[in-house]
Amino acid sequence: MYDIKELYEAESLQEAVALRLEHPGARVIAGGSDVLVQMREGRLAGQELISIQRLDELRGVRLDDEGSIRLGSLTSFSQITKSPVIRKHIGVLGEAVDLVGGPQIRNLGTIGGNTCNGVTSADSASTLHAWEAVVELTGPAGERRLPIRDFYLGAGTVDIRPGEIQTAILIPRASYDRTWGYYYKYALRNAMDIATTGCSVNARLSPDGKTFERVRLAYGVAGPVPRRAPSAEAAANGRPVDRATVEAFGLAVLDDIDPRDSWRASRDFRRHIAVEMAKRCLAESVRRCGGELS
Amino acid sequence: MGNVGQSVTRLDAYDKATGRAKYTDDLCDKSALVLKIVHSTIAHGLVKSVETSEAAAGRGVVRIFTCFEVPDIPFPTAGHPWSTDPHHQDIADRLMLNRHVRYYGDDVAVVVAEDEVAAARAARLVKVEYEELPFVLDVQEAMKDGTPRIHEEFPGNVLAHTSINKGDYDGAIREPGLICVDRWYETPVVQHCHIENHIVFAYGENGRLVIVSSTQIPHIVRRTVGQALGLPWGKIRLIKPYIGGGFGNKQDTLYEPLTAFVSQQLGGRLVKMDVSREETFVSNRVRHSIRSHLVSWLRPDGTYVARKLECFSDQGAYASHGHSIAAKGLGAFPQMYPCPHVRGDAYTVYTNKPVAGAMRGYGIPQAMFAVESHTDDICLALGLDPEAFRRRNIMPVGYRDNFSKNENYFDSFNQCADRAVAYMDYRRKAAAYKKQAGPVRRGIGLSYLWYNTGVWPISLEHSSCRMVLNQDGSMQLQVAETEIGQGADTAYAQMAADVVGLRDYRDVHVISCQDTDVTPFGLGAYASRQTYVCGFSIRQTGQILKDKILRYAGELTRTPVSSLNVVDSNIVRQTDGRILMPLGDLALEAFYSLEHSEHLTAESTCQIKSNAYSFGCCIAEVEVDIPLCRARLIKIVNVHDCGRLINPALAEAQVHGGMSMGIGFALSEQLLFDPRTGRPLNGNLLDYKLSTFMDHPHLEAQFVENYEPTSPFGTKALGEPPATPVAPAIRNAILNATGVAIDRLPLNPHILFQRFTEEGLIRDSWREEK
Amino acid sequence: MKDQFRMVEFNLNGRDVAHVVDARSSLTDMLRNDYRLTSVKKGCEVGECGACNVLIDGECFNSCLYLAVWVRGKKVRTLESLAGPGGELSDLQQAFIDETAIQCGFCTPGFMMTAVEILESGREYSDDELRKLLSGHLCRCTGYENILRAVRKAMHRRLEGPAPARP
Repeated sequence: MYDIKELYEAESLQEAVALRLEHPGARVIAGGSDVLVQMREGRLAGQELISIQRLDELRGVRLDDEGSIRLGSLTSFSQITKSPVIRKHIGVLGEAVDLVGGPQIRNLGTIGGNTCNGVTSADSASTLHAWEAVVELTGPAGERRLPIRDFYLGAGTVDIRPGEIQTAILIPRASYDRTWGYYYKYALRNAMDIATTGCSVNARLSPDGKTFERVRLAYGVAGPVPRRAPSAEAAANGRPVDRATVEAFGLAVLDDIDPRDSWRASRDFRRHIAVEMAKRCLAESVRRCGGELS
Repeated sequence: MGNVGQSVTRLDAYDKATGRAKYTDDLCDKSALVLKIVHSTIAHGLVKSVETSEAAAGRGVVRIFTCFEVPDIPFPTAGHPWSTDPHHQDIADRLMLNRHVRYYGDDVAVVVAEDEVAAARAARLVKVEYEELPFVLDVQEAMKDGTPRIHEEFPGNVLAHTSINKGDYDGAIREPGLICVDRWYETPVVQHCHIENHIVFAYGENGRLVIVSSTQIPHIVRRTVGQALGLPWGKIRLIKPYIGGGFGNKQDTLYEPLTAFVSQQLGGRLVKMDVSREETFVSNRVRHSIRSHLVSWLRPDGTYVARKLECFSDQGAYASHGHSIAAKGLGAFPQMYPCPHVRGDAYTVYTNKPVAGAMRGYGIPQAMFAVESHTDDICLALGLDPEAFRRRNIMPVGYRDNFSKNENYFDSFNQCADRAVAYMDYRRKAAAYKKQAGPVRRGIGLSYLWYNTGVWPISLEHSSCRMVLNQDGSMQLQVAETEIGQGADTAYAQMAADVVGLRDYRDVHVISCQDTDVTPFGLGAYASRQTYVCGFSIRQTGQILKDKILRYAGELTRTPVSSLNVVDSNIVRQTDGRILMPLGDLALEAFYSLEHSEHLTAESTCQIKSNAYSFGCCIAEVEVDIPLCRARLIKIVNVHDCGRLINPALAEAQVHGGMSMGIGFALSEQLLFDPRTGRPLNGNLLDYKLSTFMDHPHLEAQFVENYEPTSPFGTKALGEPPATPVAPAIRNAILNATGVAIDRLPLNPHILFQRFTEEGLIRDSWREEK
Repeated sequence: MKDQFRMVEFNLNGRDVAHVVDARSSLTDMLRNDYRLTSVKKGCEVGECGACNVLIDGECFNSCLYLAVWVRGKKVRTLESLAGPGGELSDLQQAFIDETAIQCGFCTPGFMMTAVEILESGREYSDDELRKLLSGHLCRCTGYENILRAVRKAMHRRLEGPAPARP
């Protein structure tokens, strides 16, 4: 049994918004894989909860009128991985969330929960950053959209205002068009683990396949929130598709990240792994673009 | 007659496959009051006061007991047979709740509440005031002058120190031209991680206390509860249902005394202690971390001249199984690779860490890691072939240990190695893998294992057995050696059926649930002893029952008993093989005869004054991605000689489980502590890296079956041995792949990064100078 | 808590049921305490071990991380649903027994329910895929080896033989 102070079960989005306004101290619970664990640990014991678990309108993946990929915030990881839209346009996101925990957790955990908890190690977060996702929030004044980079305010803190519920994550067409990527989760086990570091890279090559038109890279667990690597991206953008660029790209990462020493991993180790992952992810992205490293 | 040796289905298979098998929690009435322990949040100190008023006022809180309210009777917890010799008794060094707390997670108070939420809330509100004392986490630091004394009676925190001396080590090493290989090896603190946590409930019944517990050792726990509560042992009744794994953690008295005490204090009310996973990691038992120093002196041709082992075993805060673990490891050392001049010292030392107890292998996984890693290090230093060097020096056929009287009757080591070498294509790969460059390399490594069955002559070994014939010619069988998942009950049924002459092992109804009021006295599940020791009592008791059956048959059939036998559940005249009557008919007559009614039963105890060596080996193949600092196990085989297999399928399954535990020990598992506070950092199943389904390759288990002559069924230890050779084999495989010897487990990316950097395989030019 | 006790109507192992449950209960709590379904085991209660796994509308969930009130209107299946009305074992249960995939038995029900989802997909999976699909369960007894054999065997039998009726 959970130490829940109050449980408000929203049956519709409007009701969820109203409950948020009425109970500003309550935590929103979607799947439960994060909130309930913290409640069991005691960190969230005695908390009021607003359950949005029944808001099926927030589930599913589709292309919207502008060609953006729209992921309802309650879409589970396993639904994302299975989605034909995801497979066709941004397969790497499906692969990334297929590395979360184990199968049962992937049926339970939601893309909304994975971003709203503001955790740097979330397997979806680095890929959403690397693909410049847009977060949609619905509140008393209607919808609000903001780039995912701005959504993350600090470790465990995101930009959700009173009364708001995160309703969708969008990947704009300009972001995924002609773009392929690869996510590497560095963890100590092959399942049921959190990332020591996560690295998500995507690339768009020039039509002749000789030049990097656009390379984007984001890390999880290289700082308090998921972060892009602008120096590394600059070291690749406009450069030839060859091994020298990949090497330069990898080394430039060191200017972008500032991991810390912790019992989970040393700073030196994290930096070493970050460089190696960046290179391997870029090489794999090139391969997926149909390109070849010369 | 042919039940032994068959891969028959385990007796509990149906109940476990349908979810109806009853484990402890399934038997506890839902009206039970719930217990929740308040654990120490410092590593070492004295409890000055416990403020409970706010906690006690919470809704649903029934009582709170603090460390100031429990009996001041120190008690031992080890799952060892009791000794009537005071000098050989386990150390009694803890109370049910402790005023002197000795590790982060020690037990200070216990909340009794109507439900788990009320209990957890109250436990968080209990305020404990401590006088903090300095603490020590490192085993050798703990031995130094001036370090805090954890138990007043043990200066230098040394719980025990034992030595072995053979020949003249100091003299022998003066021989000119010797090569010395001198290295340190270290294994981490790991936990058993049985999937069912320890759970216990207790209630009063007719002036006695009934305790239902997930334990491996019901009769021993009954005794320790009596000792802890200061009650006559007969006042305690201990019941052990199916248990969800134990692996040695439950070969210890855990929270049975405290739970029984609370019930007693509440007039016998039903109370339940459902230990959380996080508590299991920290406040139950762990495996001893052992640091070993090995020095070997050899002639350049690879002849051992003298060897020395010093090992430092980290006991944690309380004695539990204490020095037995280090002593077992030390005992393996001179036997495995005999050498004329041997010196050994084992120290077991208290630290302010979780309590180390029994865990599958009992000191041998640590010893095998040190000894078998060292064997490859010697080969590297002398340019010798690891397989040939082992074969040349391993315990020879005919070797006899004067203490245990164990004898190596067969060439098991070489036979096991032959099978493993062939399966893995070891020789070709070992040679080929020496010549690699490049970032991703393969390697293959070998390790032998040595293991003693049971605990004789260190401690008592015996088994008691009861057999009761039913009207239909089937029978009940009771022993105190517990089913803990390994399939022991099924092996007992197979042996009993063959001894008595029953057609089918399923006609032997093993009473799986031990109850100290009903089950004959015995010691429980540990030391890989069950099949070996029960074999004696089942053989002896079965013979008694069979004799009674045959005497009765002689009366009924007017045939001399000497001409009769029980074969396939029939009474058979041996002279011509004629079936005179089915056993069921005889049994029915014996129950209800107006002439001579007798319930045919048998019960006996067999004390066992022998022991047997169990041997085997492991070969592992790895792929090492040097830049990513990852070692991936790609192929592995264990080959064991545990004598004759009673049930080959169950034996194979046991080996798989042991290999899996060995893989986790080798590559990923370790419990970490904050050096500033002593707080455990990763005591949960997310942060403690137990191997998952995706972390194993196919596990290949093979056997060599040499009939063990001391055993009535030709069998010997198998439960623990499979876990012991895996880590050194994987370590030696990484050495083969990279040339880098790593002397500390687990071989995870962190240690690989450190060692590859030290050895120049990784050169991060940009790395900051420290 | 206001409305601490709430009515939950759902389908449990093929039967429509209703129960008034403490809103703070996990689905594990409700299935074990109120329905006495002992196959649902508690091993960690934070979604790491998989011992409490059940099927909800055909998908696997760790019932410890699922509020009991969330099953309103859903179909919940536990291991108790697998055997036939006369106690006949399902092909999957028989495969676990035949392949010696059961030892202490504590992780077994959770594994089997994930295996049900695997088998009901009607697809054939490689060993690596099966390992991944089963990776949400921890086991300390078997090294997973015989569990893999059992699930693979049941999968192949179903794919080869006539499709059995769904329970």
